[in-house]
Amino acid sequence: MVLTKRIIPCIDVDLDDDGNPAVYTGVHFEDLKYTGDPVEMAKAYNQLGADEFVFLDITASAEGRETMLDVVERVADEVFIPLTVGGGIRTTDDIKETLRAGADKVSITTGALERPELVNEGARAFGSQCIVISVDARRRFDEEGEHYTEIDGESCWFECTKKGGREGTGIDVVEWANEAESRGAGELFVNSIDKDGTKDGYDVPLTTAVCDAVDTPVIASSGCGGPEDMYEVFTEANADAGLAASIFHFDEYSIGDVKEYLDERNVPVRL
Amino acid sequence: MSHQSVSSPPDETLASVVVVDYGLGNLRSVTRGLERAGSEVTISDDPDAFVEADGVVLPGVGAFREGIENADSIRDDLLAVADRGQPLFGICLGMQMLLTTSEEGETDGDAAVQGLDLVPGTNVRFAQGQKVPHMGWNELQVERDHPLVAGVDGQYAYFVHSYYAVPDDEGAAVATTDYDLEFPSIVANEAGNVFGTQFHPEKSGETGLQILRNFVEICAEE
Repeated sequence: MVLTKRIIPCIDVDLDDDGNPAVYTGVHFEDLKYTGDPVEMAKAYNQLGADEFVFLDITASAEGRETMLDVVERVADEVFIPLTVGGGIRTTDDIKETLRAGADKVSITTGALERPELVNEGARAFGSQCIVISVDARRRFDEEGEHYTEIDGESCWFECTKKGGREGTGIDVVEWANEAESRGAGELFVNSIDKDGTKDGYDVPLTTAVCDAVDTPVIASSGCGGPEDMYEVFTEANADAGLAASIFHFDEYSIGDVKEYLDERNVPVRL
Repeated sequence: MSHQSVSSPPDETLASVVVVDYGLGNLRSVTRGLERAGSEVTISDDPDAFVEADGVVLPGVGAFREGIENADSIRDDLLAVADRGQPLFGICLGMQMLLTTSEEGETDGDAAVQGLDLVPGTNVRFAQGQKVPHMGWNELQVERDHPLVAGVDGQYAYFVHSYYAVPDDEGAAVATTDYDLEFPSIVANEAGNVFGTQFHPEKSGETGLQILRNFVEICAEE
C-alpha cells in the first residue's frame, strides 16, 4: 500500500443569532443555510470515515475566535483525527492559542501574505507540519502574471486574493507557493474563487500548477460536486487531499460513497 | 464480556501513565487519547513521577535538536525508566529521540545531537523528489510480535514526518510502512519495554486508540 488520498470535510463556523457556534453552508451562490452544530457534525463525519477536518472561522471577529477555540477543544477531546483550523490567524500567539486548544495545524491566508515572516516564525516555533498556507486563487488572463497555464486555448495565471476574493494582490499563486514552502510551510491549501460554490469540479489547472511547483502536500478545495471531481483532482493534478463542504453537509454524497468510488478506480483511500 | 469499542470511555482505570512535558507540542490530544484508552494521566517533567508511574510516554512534535536539548535535564531519568524495565513509549519525535542520532540534528554545521540511544540507529531524511513531509494515512504492516500491535496489522495510521528511523538492528522494526521505500513505523528495543511509533496514535482514529489501549494494558501488567 501507499499513502492514501485524504477526504476532508470543511466546516465553516459562524455564530448564530444567540452567539452560539453554527455551521452555515452556501447554496448556489445564494444565502447561507444553517447546517448544524460543528461539534456534532465532526463526531458524525468521524464515524463516517473522514480523514481529517478543516474548521474555518468565517466570522473574522474576536467573538468568533473565542467560540472557535471552544469548538476546537470540544472536538479535539472526542475526535481522534487531525484538525486544521483557520480564519483570522495573524500572529504566532494566534497560532499558539489555536494549537493549544487542540488543533494540529493552522491554516493561514491573509496573515501570511501581509507578513510572510509569519510562516518562518510559525514553522520555527511549532514545526512546519502545523503550518498550512492557504491561497484563495483567481484566474487572470492578462500579462501581469509570472507562471502561465493554458486553459481552453487561453493563457492564464493565478492571482492570490484577500478577503475571500474581493481584493487582489498581484501576487502569482505559484510564486507564493514556492516562497511559502521555502519559508517552512508544511502543506498548501488551494482554494479557487472561480470554482467556489459552482460544484462543477475543482480548478484542476490551478491545483496542477501548485502541485508541480512544490514538494509539500496540497489540499485541493472549491468546486467539488461529487466523487468524480475528487477522482479528477487526485489523478490529473496529483493533489494529496480533497476538501468538500456542501456535498457532505447536504447529504448528497457520504464520505463512504466518495471513498468507494475512488477505491473502485484504484485511487488509494483509507477504508 | 462486553464488547466495548475502544472509542467509548472505559469503565475503569487500568494504569497510571506519565506524559513527559518537556515544553514541546500540544499534549492535549495524547492525554485525552490515553484517558480514553483507560489510563490515568499525569503531565509532568518530575523524575519522581516517572518512577511511580506504570508507564511513561515521550510525546513530541518539532525538530530533533530542539527536542533533545529540551529534554536534556531529564535525560538520565528517561534512561532510568528504560533501565528499570518500565514501559517507555515514544511518539513521533519522541520515537526518533529513542534512537542514537538524526540527520536533522546536523544542520548548520553543528555536531550531531545525541539521542537516547535506547534503540541504536539513525533518523534519516526522505529522499529528494518525494513529497515531504510524509503526511497522511498510511498502512501498518506488522513485522513481528509485540503486545503494542495486537489487532492493528493492515490498519491505517496518521503520519506527519520528514525523517524516519533506521535502526542498526533490522529486528527493531515491529511494523513497517511503505512510502516509496519501506521504513519502520514502529520500533522496539530488544527487551521490549522501550518502543515508539512514528505516527500519531492519538490522531489515528480507532486504530490509534487500539494502540493506546494496548499500551495501557502493557502498563497494567507491570
